[in-house]
Amino acid sequence: MAKTGSSVVIVGGGVTGLSTAWWLARDGVEVTVLEKGIVGFEASGRNGGGCTHYQSPLFHEEQRLWPLMDEMLGYPTEYRRERLVFQVDERKANFADGLAMRIPAGYAWEALDGKQVRERVPLAGDNAICGVHLHFGGHANPQRTSQAYAWAAQDHGARIHQHVAVTGFETAGGRVVAVETAQGRFGCDALVIAAGPQTGKLAALLGHHLPMAPARAEMIVTEPLPLMPMGGVDGNGLYGRQTLRGNLAYGGGPHEWYEDTPLDGPPPRPSGSVLRGLAKRVAELLPRAAHARVIRSWAGVIENTPDGRPVIERLTSPDNVILATMSSVGFGLSPASGHAIRDLVMDGACSFCDLSKLSLARFATLSPDWRRELNWLPPAAAVEGAAQ
Amino acid sequence: MKLTLPAPDRHSIAGKTPEPDERAEIVVIGAGPAGCAAAIEAARVGAQVVLIDENPVSAGLIGMDVPLQFGGRATPAVQTPERLVEQVLEANPALGEAFEIGVDVRLSTSAWGAWVNGPGLRGLPCGLLGLADETRSWTLGFDRLILATGARDLNLSFAGSDQPGVMGAQALHALLTRYDAFAGRRLAILGTGALALDAAELALARGLDVEALVEARVEPVGEAARIAALAAQGVEIITGHVPLAAEGGADGVTGLLLANVAAPERHRSLDCDTVCLAIGAVPVIELFDVLGAKRALAPERGGHVPVLGADGATSLAEVFAAGDCTGLGGDAAQMGRVAARGALASLGRPVEVSAPVSPAAGPDALAYQLDWARALLATGGPDVLACLCEEVTRGELIAVQPPRYLGWSSNAIARRNLGTLAEDGPLDQDQIKRLTRACMGACQARRCREQVALMMALGAGVPAQSIPLAGYRAPVRPLPLSVLADGNETAGMAQDWNVWFGIVTQWISYDDIGTEREDEQLRAGMPY
Repeated sequence: MAKTGSSVVIVGGGVTGLSTAWWLARDGVEVTVLEKGIVGFEASGRNGGGCTHYQSPLFHEEQRLWPLMDEMLGYPTEYRRERLVFQVDERKANFADGLAMRIPAGYAWEALDGKQVRERVPLAGDNAICGVHLHFGGHANPQRTSQAYAWAAQDHGARIHQHVAVTGFETAGGRVVAVETAQGRFGCDALVIAAGPQTGKLAALLGHHLPMAPARAEMIVTEPLPLMPMGGVDGNGLYGRQTLRGNLAYGGGPHEWYEDTPLDGPPPRPSGSVLRGLAKRVAELLPRAAHARVIRSWAGVIENTPDGRPVIERLTSPDNVILATMSSVGFGLSPASGHAIRDLVMDGACSFCDLSKLSLARFATLSPDWRRELNWLPPAAAVEGAAQ
Repeated sequence: MKLTLPAPDRHSIAGKTPEPDERAEIVVIGAGPAGCAAAIEAARVGAQVVLIDENPVSAGLIGMDVPLQFGGRATPAVQTPERLVEQVLEANPALGEAFEIGVDVRLSTSAWGAWVNGPGLRGLPCGLLGLADETRSWTLGFDRLILATGARDLNLSFAGSDQPGVMGAQALHALLTRYDAFAGRRLAILGTGALALDAAELALARGLDVEALVEARVEPVGEAARIAALAAQGVEIITGHVPLAAEGGADGVTGLLLANVAAPERHRSLDCDTVCLAIGAVPVIELFDVLGAKRALAPERGGHVPVLGADGATSLAEVFAAGDCTGLGGDAAQMGRVAARGALASLGRPVEVSAPVSPAAGPDALAYQLDWARALLATGGPDVLACLCEEVTRGELIAVQPPRYLGWSSNAIARRNLGTLAEDGPLDQDQIKRLTRACMGACQARRCREQVALMMALGAGVPAQSIPLAGYRAPVRPLPLSVLADGNETAGMAQDWNVWFGIVTQWISYDDIGTEREDEQLRAGMPY
């Protein structure tokens, strides 16, 4: 697609859509983002901030880009390098073996004993038994980063429309030519649907079955504590970090599946199911912080595909549409996912990695009853299912 | 292409929410006039009632301005809990009545969360409260919940207002009447509405000196006869002025410098050891918001309040409410009885039908607060802190600057402010929180939620009513990790706890998908 004179509409103002908007806009492409609420206000701004996803085909690009993002965007992301994961449960004494078979060659890491963990994590206690120190990866502030993408995209001319819900698509000649909303029609030469849990429903409007199920997950945050030398510390069934302000922010534990999420407003996101379990595990992981006061919690709603893997694909019909779901692991990969989607829009293929195994085609044989078979059901429905 | 699916999910919350540690038919939160009346009314017809109140709070919490803005003016007497309990019982005869009629009264117990089944939360065995004392947290199940959580202090800051001696009118009332533990002697009181007049009259009755009432508007707003009576007792009524700075030393406030609103370069000073903020009180709606009850902005009732039926019912079938938390003013005890009867009737218990209580509309609290905020901004300028915990000034808030600890500056960010943000859509306080950190601090925004909203309205030139309430989330009281931690976690929760969704296929390296190494990793299970 030509850089000038073309217009791209992106449905979804989360990190994936916003990063895409920024990548396209900095290339001079006319970009419009349609967001049903506020940018970065759902799962994009409600996550652990991790930037360490060695399972992903986007991993190398994720690692290449994060150290550059503050300067490229012109706004702070609070990115900091490195991670340290450690355990306090004897049953996990060998967890480094599991990582050894997953971390790609060329990325340095070391296994630690309990003493080494305590030397590097001042809030850890005598119960620390083993850990791994990753000399790659890192963490950033999801809320600040989401807004940074939006602002940086605007600085390159992108238009971001908040509180605009998509109601349909207009197609002609095998292409989507416009996006319909309650606030009017937005014409486009290419369309990106990166709408989190709503991506499946929007794909269905175009006749494509993108299976996904939404769920809610929770995090807690404490008052600020003195900064540890490295903030990207987690383990013990938790993900999270010490923020640059000093707060401990951690999540993990049971999720609650939703039947559905609305296309035109925020999903419900109460928090309270696992706060006490999170507090218990943070106090176990960092016993020298057990006195720290928890000052809030939050929940975010994320989608998963049946195998938990992303879909990042340019459709063949209509042939100017890209579908993107990161399947609940989108924040850290966003610098790279936006780059990949930019490539799919402009060049038809990703310039830096293969994405073919993430094609929608893999779901062709999926059972229509897959949510029940995987037990991906809201609690009440799960009880009914058990009774049958 | 082969599809590899994970095993059926055993990591979701379904079936894992434990039974509550204890249960009650009716739980009332807040043992003020509304809550006590509700508890007594419910117990009178034989209901099993638990009445929860966080007071007396520990000296540590008083030092943290929880739940009221005590401003470091409590005497060491608050460090003797037994004495405080006696004081609380003595000051509130209705509590004794509740004890006698069989209400299970729990003092020094905070309610930090409340949940009922609803959208996004489907698996609860019943309505649940999260409770805590100084050493542990637990859950209490309820059939009906009556919230009577009262009101808290409204804080508007000025230079030096973060030192001991700047306190709220309700905290002053609590220290004088409930705890008999107020350390100040000479007061300057901000405001001339009913709250300020109550504070001044109480202080004089307790033999304290009231130097002045200070009013931002050109005329006092309260009842003329009461103001005249105060003036006759030597209280100066200073209108058209706002605090410019609190002067102080090691023990806090020693004086208050005022600025003339019409001519900000003209100052005068007051000699005082305590500045009492009596500009407004804020209905305590934290638990309503955590529960997801419908609310509305009612400036004539003090701010954001739950939407209530005539029987005190909220939008949630299990939750009723009474007293100042439903909007300031009115006969709190009668509202408590109405809510109790409403709750009992909803449980199928025969009760007398009560006449609905409709409190008279008060003055427009939001307009009054906005006048104060405007005058404070115009005289004190942009360098005064709007958020004390996170050290965010009014100017930084209005410029939407990243927090100082990032040490960030760029031309790009210098071009951003509330005005540019408003061009992208209506301003939202939760969004401003994330960007500036205003209201993100350890005080859980008790000291800054309202003034940040007011400053946003002033900074962007939009109506104060257009700023949505920044949401409340559990725990609504600051609880140490060791206290919030679940000491009796169920085996199911422990066994099936996973760091994320526990979808094993999610974590297999892309290169390994479809190879033998994928099978190897599937057998090995989740990496951690």
